[in-house]
Amino acid sequence: MHNQTVAQLVKQLQSKAVSSVELTQHYLDRIQQNDADLNSFISVTAEQALAQAKAADVRLAQGNAPTLCGLPIAHKDIFCTQGVRTSCGSKMLDNFIAPYDATIVQNYQNQGVVSLGKTNMDEFAMGSSNETSYYGPVKNPWATHCVPGGSSGGSAAAVAARLAPAATATDTGGSIRQPAALCGISGLKPTYGRASRYGMIAFASSLDQAGLMAQTAEDIALLLGPLSGFDPKDSTSVDHPVDDYTRLLDKPLTGLRIGIPDEYFGEGLEASTEKCVREAIAQFEKLGATTKSIKLPHTSLSVPAYYVIAPAECSANLSRFDGVRYGYRCKNPQDLDDLYSRSRSEGFGDEVKRRILVGAYALSAGYYDAYYAKAQKARRLIKQDFVAAFHDVDLIMGPTSPSPAFEFGSKSADPVAMYLEDIYTIATNLAGLPGMSIPCGLVNGKPIGLQIIGNYFDEAQMLGVAHQYQQATHFHTLAPANYK
Amino acid sequence: MNREDIQQLAKLAQLHIADDQVDEVTNRISTVLALVDQLSAVDTEGVAPMAHPLDAVQILRADEITEPNVREQMQAIAPATEDGLFLVPKVID
Repeated sequence: MHNQTVAQLVKQLQSKAVSSVELTQHYLDRIQQNDADLNSFISVTAEQALAQAKAADVRLAQGNAPTLCGLPIAHKDIFCTQGVRTSCGSKMLDNFIAPYDATIVQNYQNQGVVSLGKTNMDEFAMGSSNETSYYGPVKNPWATHCVPGGSSGGSAAAVAARLAPAATATDTGGSIRQPAALCGISGLKPTYGRASRYGMIAFASSLDQAGLMAQTAEDIALLLGPLSGFDPKDSTSVDHPVDDYTRLLDKPLTGLRIGIPDEYFGEGLEASTEKCVREAIAQFEKLGATTKSIKLPHTSLSVPAYYVIAPAECSANLSRFDGVRYGYRCKNPQDLDDLYSRSRSEGFGDEVKRRILVGAYALSAGYYDAYYAKAQKARRLIKQDFVAAFHDVDLIMGPTSPSPAFEFGSKSADPVAMYLEDIYTIATNLAGLPGMSIPCGLVNGKPIGLQIIGNYFDEAQMLGVAHQYQQATHFHTLAPANYK
Repeated sequence: MNREDIQQLAKLAQLHIADDQVDEVTNRISTVLALVDQLSAVDTEGVAPMAHPLDAVQILRADEITEPNVREQMQAIAPATEDGLFLVPKVID
């Protein structure tokens, strides 16, 4: 049952070949059997899940239930879930029971979607390996001595190990696409502003975007509707019509123009990864697309601009954690400064503290123009590169990550080595464009991801193109040997 | 960036760095700042800073009460409250 896709499962739920309670129980059992080792969940909400599943079965029995009704999924532990701990992977929020639901959590509930629990993540979504989680790292189901990627490593590992058919996730600099690549699944970060950020714990507000992970592009197309839309509670969400994301799934690729950026195939890209990505691109040509090489000349500014903007926004956003209103409070504070300072120092992990400090520096008097304003200007140059490229091509393709999953500890000593994990994904966040990763091969048993970057609000076309590739290839059907 | 700079920055950010960790934090942050310093070489003359990818402007709504009072729910998760107020250590003698 667990090797089936969302598309197959919702058909069976609608035809009542399987009930939501049976399906939910099956995944809860799988989580119980496998997750002690993988550590992909922070909280499993079995009781609530079965109650939601029962309610979904009632709706299905009545007829006219929404397409996704009864489908169990997992939520990244960055989304507030009323009455359920929402930790964001941090000691700071270990005791935080969210008093309300995130808009996207509510949207899925309204469709009758069941929540299995909350997935593990890098603390406050700051990391590319899941090693910064207060709850310990998630293991990569393909190679348990390796990282699953991050920050949405729990969601990616859970979907890859077939512990959930799909999961929500977030992407600030690559946090959906890089773990999707390293875990051999499909992941989509929509256009900035496409999904509400209300109830999604903020890291870098001008970059954060909610998205999805599943086995296939078709599954993401089925799930994307309820994630999308303007939300009056999030002033950065964009009032743009929500597409039917399945409408282009069957469109042939004849005439599709794909741009291949020279800058994404330079130094740092591992040869075996490049080979898989180039083979995938050749497959698109076989399917009728044309490819041309393009230039994104400001690509090298992405990582430096990101590591000003993201820490600056994080230092402002994380100032709300003060030990007064919710979250961790230190024992026996001597005075108000001691309360603030010790609650934050004891509640935050090292990487979070480092980013707050870098951000505080970039925003401090005398440095604002040199750092933050400069990075915002570089950001516009990066966006303009993409806008120019999309005059000539419909989509852009390249690697998601420079290499397959790496071993635990191998990059934690050098922050810059870790930051370069996201060298191909960050520009998309800076420009606000939608990006996705789909599996395109294995190297020594470890998955490789192909990145697809689309124009603003062009998610339907990206999903259609990815689906056509997945109709012609088998990589998305591969599951790690111990979790089949 | 030296030890004193880091400690001053930590104070601004309401963080405390233990004495035996100051050097390591200083080193790591210097590495990150060296990375971001690559930006200084770029010519951004005449480029407008970009705050929102779609150049959206702040949406305003009518100044009307739309949310119910949820004080009790919000205070139920607070570390310490009394009579509807958040409790902190004594600020004024």
